[in-house]
Amino acid sequence: MTTPVLEVRNIRKTFPGVVANDAVDFTLMKGEIHCLLGENGAGKSTLMNIVFGLYQPDNGTIEVDGEEVSFENSRDAIAAGIGMVHQHFQLIPVFTVAENVILGSETTKGKLLDLDAARSIILDLGKRYGLHVDPDAKVGDLSVGEQQRVELIKALYREADILILDEPTAVLTPGEVDDFFEVVQSLVQQGKSIIFITHKLREVLAVADKITVMRSGTVVGTAEPSTSTQQSLANLMVGHDVTLQVDKTPAEPGETALVVSHLQVSDTRGLPAVAGIDLEVRAGEIFGIAGVQGNGQRELVEALAGMHKIDGGRVQMLGVDVTSMSPRQISELGVAHIPEDREKHGVVGEYPIYDNLVLNRYFKAPFVKRGVRQMGAIRAEAERLIQMFDVRTPSMDTLTSSLSGGNRQKTIIARELSQDPKLMLVAQPTRGLDVGSIQFIHEQIIALRDSGVAVLLVSAELDEIMSLSDRVGVMYQGKMVGVVEAAGATRETLGILMAGGTIDEARTDGSEHRGSSR
Amino acid sequence: MSSAADSVNAGRSVSQKRVSRPGQSSTKHYYFGAALVLLGLVLLIFVAPNLIDETRAFRLNKPPDPVQFEFKPPTFVGLAGAFYILVGFLTVLRDRLGSWTRFAAIAGVAFMPLLILAMALGRSDLSGTNVVNLLVSSLFLATPIALGSMTGLWSERVGIINIGIEGTMLGAAGIAYMTYALVGDGAERWALWLSVLVAILVGGLFALLLAVLSIRFGINQIIAGVVINLLALGLTGFLRSQVIVKSGVGTGVATPSFGIPLLSKIPVIGDQLFVGQPINFAMYLVVFLTWLVMFKTPWGLRVRACGEDPHAAETVGINVIRTRYMSVVLGGFIAGLAGAWFSLESSARFEDNMTNAAGFIALAAMIFGKWTPWGAFAGALLFGYADALQTRLQFLKVDIAGFEIPSEFWQMLPFAITILVVAGLVGRATPPAAEGKPFQASQ
Ligand SMILES: Nc1ncnc2c1ncn2[C@@H]1O[C@H](COP(=O)(O)OP(=O)(O)OP(=O)(O)O)[C@@H](O)[C@H]1O
Ligand SMILES: [Mg+2]
Repeated sequence: MTTPVLEVRNIRKTFPGVVANDAVDFTLMKGEIHCLLGENGAGKSTLMNIVFGLYQPDNGTIEVDGEEVSFENSRDAIAAGIGMVHQHFQLIPVFTVAENVILGSETTKGKLLDLDAARSIILDLGKRYGLHVDPDAKVGDLSVGEQQRVELIKALYREADILILDEPTAVLTPGEVDDFFEVVQSLVQQGKSIIFITHKLREVLAVADKITVMRSGTVVGTAEPSTSTQQSLANLMVGHDVTLQVDKTPAEPGETALVVSHLQVSDTRGLPAVAGIDLEVRAGEIFGIAGVQGNGQRELVEALAGMHKIDGGRVQMLGVDVTSMSPRQISELGVAHIPEDREKHGVVGEYPIYDNLVLNRYFKAPFVKRGVRQMGAIRAEAERLIQMFDVRTPSMDTLTSSLSGGNRQKTIIARELSQDPKLMLVAQPTRGLDVGSIQFIHEQIIALRDSGVAVLLVSAELDEIMSLSDRVGVMYQGKMVGVVEAAGATRETLGILMAGGTIDEARTDGSEHRGSSR
Repeated sequence: MSSAADSVNAGRSVSQKRVSRPGQSSTKHYYFGAALVLLGLVLLIFVAPNLIDETRAFRLNKPPDPVQFEFKPPTFVGLAGAFYILVGFLTVLRDRLGSWTRFAAIAGVAFMPLLILAMALGRSDLSGTNVVNLLVSSLFLATPIALGSMTGLWSERVGIINIGIEGTMLGAAGIAYMTYALVGDGAERWALWLSVLVAILVGGLFALLLAVLSIRFGINQIIAGVVINLLALGLTGFLRSQVIVKSGVGTGVATPSFGIPLLSKIPVIGDQLFVGQPINFAMYLVVFLTWLVMFKTPWGLRVRACGEDPHAAETVGINVIRTRYMSVVLGGFIAGLAGAWFSLESSARFEDNMTNAAGFIALAAMIFGKWTPWGAFAGALLFGYADALQTRLQFLKVDIAGFEIPSEFWQMLPFAITILVVAGLVGRATPPAAEGKPFQASQ
């Protein structure tokens, strides 16, 4: 743990209108797990893309194993022993695992591809590091956790000694996260050094040997995990004191705002995803839905928002039957939707921010008059929302796709709250967001509830479900397997329900199950 | 907690796989089976009784002493009708009978070209027709379409939409013939080969123009393709009237026929199937090499990666821009060869717009083949057959109810088939994911 394997000095990188990195120094020691922390848009991914040769720094030097290097592209970085698992997976869905792994550094027999050799290398790596995946499976058919294993195998296949993992756990289920950390430990034991980016402070304290914190493009400090707490790290990241605990008063539920009865929905392949769900959400309460991803939550929310065909059952919102209504009609009733898939259903990446901010109202006065868009009104509204929700962007004309994940999410929330909703459908609202943004969004959701809005919250984060919800339902294989009062719910009870156990089991066997879990 | 969650995932994915198999074939084969039964009934009830009840023949070689298969059209078509009714029922009952019924359906479809011919003979005064010769001309006419669809593959698989294939072929055809006329008086053998080479290079140049417009300048790729088509049309029209016509060499000597050793000595069919012209034979090689290079070599894997997700390709160190240029230009060379087929092989002359939409039909063949080389080749064969058939039907002077079908009607056939095939027969085909989207390398 004494020799530095990677030293980055005085790195500066600007994009039009943004200084993404400024005078950044960073040192990675051999065999260490080094956590890189920072708010959304702090410049973590940018720094790592520079180390990986994808971006060229405006200024500064990089040393690998004590020798200065200059990377023209990622091929050079790979040759220098650097591997990176990107925040958004860089995999080709229609290719097999083996094809994805060897792409760019192919195994060959003569001039032809040698997929047999690739297969055996992948199986070997799998055995050595506990990364099991079928080399002949199509990547598009794999779960997110499996795809991540493919990304790791890709880096290991290229004999990377330094591994950059950019928010690897953001998309994993709790079980997958545990498995993932086991793999990371085995990597370190075999001499690899790891840079690990995450927003989850609990994980940082669990695995880090060293912590570096970035804010607004600069390094603002380093910390030792032994002497840090979640609170101290959060404060260092944000630059002022933040409250990690969500404060809320008991709910005062009013009239029933959402009634779902015997709802049945199929997924995109035509298989049943929601298999007869009943639920009610009342004004002024937050109904949380927990569950391992892929148990029908996504289809449920999309069906409620009018985006997905309903096969059977009824949905009533604010006293109106919306079963066969279009998304526009539902939205016009005063129903806001924060979708799970931000890029696909939340924003139009190729539009400037101001257009995305009025996407739910662009067809109404004052944004349109006699069929002509009123740019003045649109820009004024955009200005107001950007201020109010603290969207960090060089200007409202910036393309939404170049915003960091957190700011994109704030853009969506700003838009959806702007039309005074009475019912909110919220899916995975804080995935990939930093603690500051999470706190902000949580406060917004609580404030809405307190003003009498009914909220249906779907999240894969148990902590989020438990700290926000008033009542919690658990979905398993398309069914609601149990509904409990949030006050009485524990991680263990919910965990049992999420795995398909019954309420009774959850009540009586809670302790046993806890014993057998990791 | 984790083990429990894992078992949830595992259980779910397994059950999905089991359910999805029968789910996928769903209801499509019912419609298909019903259509076949209907076709069989129509053949049996309406078509067969109205055919001439005299002996007709499918011949394998030319008279006077042909090897032939004799039949009476009403019987032949009637039996075919019964056959389709049977296949239709087998197809409808696929779920019960198993997937072998699929082969029956394939056989039924493969039989249709002969059926059409038998019906035509049943309305014609000629006593027979040579089917091997029909196959040979189908393959010959499929040449530019198959080559053009390979151009499309090399371009679209790397992420660049190419609707400029038509113009690329036309430009290559025109400039190649001009070279032949000026350098070799339309007769010198060495100048002929030189002109084929010129065609290939011109094809590459046109493709390079498409590449520069769409990769370097990020112009909408459809528009870039249209630009190429217009450019080729104008340029070759000008060259024809100003250079070719003035050179006085309006027609020349086309590429020579030759026989493939041994194979061409096979009795009855050898001298028909294995004697032919060079670009026609080169086409098989190009299709095979396209498949081999695109699907079996490292470079081909990279090409396909650039067409699916250029950013992912970039992160493993692939030079996306360079790969795109190379693949598009390679496709251009192939289109150039197809151009040479028009002006140096099928006939040695150049006419305005002589490619006559073959470049667009090539695109249809590529889509028909779901962006795979052999599929595209099959599509090209279909169109080649339609083209050969229309000449054959004109020759047979088919009349329906005393009214001879005008040749213009038959000439429409390849285009009608294009529309039917692209609109109806092709299931959902997924083009390369990044196709048509401009890409900028990270900096
Ligand atoms: N290609 C780009 N073009 C323009 N601006 C960019 C580009 N990439 C990043 N930025 C900007 O640079 C800043 C740093 O972004 P970066 O992606 O490095 O943040 P991050 O720390 O990884 O955030 P997150 O936690 O959300 O992933 C942001 O303001 C972002 O908008
Ligand atoms: Mg990032």
